[in-house]
Amino acid sequence: MASEAVKSRYYLPAGMPMPDPARSAPYHHGFWEAARRHELVVQRCRSCATFQFGPEEICYRCRGFDLHWERVEPAGTIFSWERIWHPSFPALKEACPYLVVLVELPQAGGVRMLGNLIGDPRRDPQIEAPVEAVFEDHDEGFTLVQWRAAS
Amino acid sequence: MASDAPTVKDKAAIAGLGETKYYKRGGAPVSEFRLACEAIIKAAEDAGIDVADIDGLASYADDRNEPIRMASALGLKELHLSNIFWSGGGGGVAGAIGNAAAAIAAGYARYVCVYRSLAQGQFYRFGAAPAPRTVTGGAMYTLPYGMGTAAQMIALRTRRFMHQYNVRQDTMAAVAMASYYHAQFNPRAVMYGRPLTREQYDNSRWIVEPFHLYDCCMENDGAAAVIMTSAERARDLKQRPAYLMASAQGSGFRQGAGVHNSPDYGTSNFKTLAPRLFEMAGIGPADVDVAQCYENFTGAVVMALVEHGFCAPEEVNDFCRFENLTWPDGKLPINTSGGNLAECYVHGMELVLEAARQVRGTSTCQVRDCEISLVVAGPAVPLVSDLILHR
Repeated sequence: MASEAVKSRYYLPAGMPMPDPARSAPYHHGFWEAARRHELVVQRCRSCATFQFGPEEICYRCRGFDLHWERVEPAGTIFSWERIWHPSFPALKEACPYLVVLVELPQAGGVRMLGNLIGDPRRDPQIEAPVEAVFEDHDEGFTLVQWRAAS
Repeated sequence: MASDAPTVKDKAAIAGLGETKYYKRGGAPVSEFRLACEAIIKAAEDAGIDVADIDGLASYADDRNEPIRMASALGLKELHLSNIFWSGGGGGVAGAIGNAAAAIAAGYARYVCVYRSLAQGQFYRFGAAPAPRTVTGGAMYTLPYGMGTAAQMIALRTRRFMHQYNVRQDTMAAVAMASYYHAQFNPRAVMYGRPLTREQYDNSRWIVEPFHLYDCCMENDGAAAVIMTSAERARDLKQRPAYLMASAQGSGFRQGAGVHNSPDYGTSNFKTLAPRLFEMAGIGPADVDVAQCYENFTGAVVMALVEHGFCAPEEVNDFCRFENLTWPDGKLPINTSGGNLAECYVHGMELVLEAARQVRGTSTCQVRDCEISLVVAGPAVPLVSDLILHR
């Protein structure tokens, strides 16, 4: 079955909600363009150099509107995690359990990003453990930033 | 807040309580709108006022039953207040009461009914995340990873808190057990006659670690309402008033920051509210006789008890023991009607009714000589609120 092949290429099965940056506000675009190039970027204020995530239209610190996307090292540490057993989408029925990690990026002002932790979902992740980004290219034309234990 | 600043303390009271029969999700034989009507009519009857004399309607969490429709359908003579606490969730319930009290103190309205009605059978389920084919904006950074339900969001905050303070699963189990225990005395409760043992808790399936099934609120159909009026008028009505001693609402610094970026993360978001609440009330946590602490998920209750000063975070495993959280002898009985876990999930409105009953002396788990009754609304969501009632 096609879905079996898909399952092996992506952490979660086909049928998950797909990001649609083109229909999102312009201040989201840079993140997804960079992910497609396998680069991790974080929104940063040109006026006061503050990093922020999730992206916003204004810098929360100096209230400047001149924000850009800055490339950062695609690595971080696990800030929190959870193992999900109850499928909240039909597509997840065969995929549970799976792991979600909240990753802190010390090199980017400590902003956090969410993703799945690639690997055995039954092993407990360790808070503070180092992880590195994995760029998961999808046939539909977007790339998800995922995470795995740092080698 | 300067000590001589005017506040709503003792200006308003809860004078009437009304609720429908409580149902399992999808169990209500009537519409959500009719449930709202029934709860409002019962609250007016309980207060001893004519429904037509209600001149203010207030709610929270985007209740679908808009005041103008309610007022027209119920034949209210005039509407002086149409107010909603602007947020998506149960964090608004205590704030909706606080807003109504402020409106009464300001003279906008005489009899404000605060209500909440839910028929999750008629409408969508809270516990299921929306499953669109594509997502835009902030949801792009969460939903494609299978992350989006309330349980999934609060589990991540709870895990961080557990890591910081070595919080044990037993501590959350005690919260679940307390709610179920109290529900066994309450014939209104959906889980009346269905006690929960620790073994059942441990053997229940995981929803999202660290939450078992019994750490998560129910999904129900039902409605609840209160009539609020000035402290003076309340004294002349049918029931013993539950006076509003203090209310607080709001959020800490950037608690709504996108993609789980609130700087303080392992929190129930009450660190800035609780001090304001107790300052307005002029009391401390040790003076609270009973607490109704909104159980979206038990982990959020544990964090909220800490942030209201009932114990230090390092002591939370010792404080949150079943004996300590239960009526009649616990140090702080919580959720004495069964709450969101075991009475009925009316988005926390049932907790306000129970807090008022404790002050009246009519709870099915009546705390002896109860003077001061606390409601904590929606812990660990980005916008939360608090309420203290007194006899």
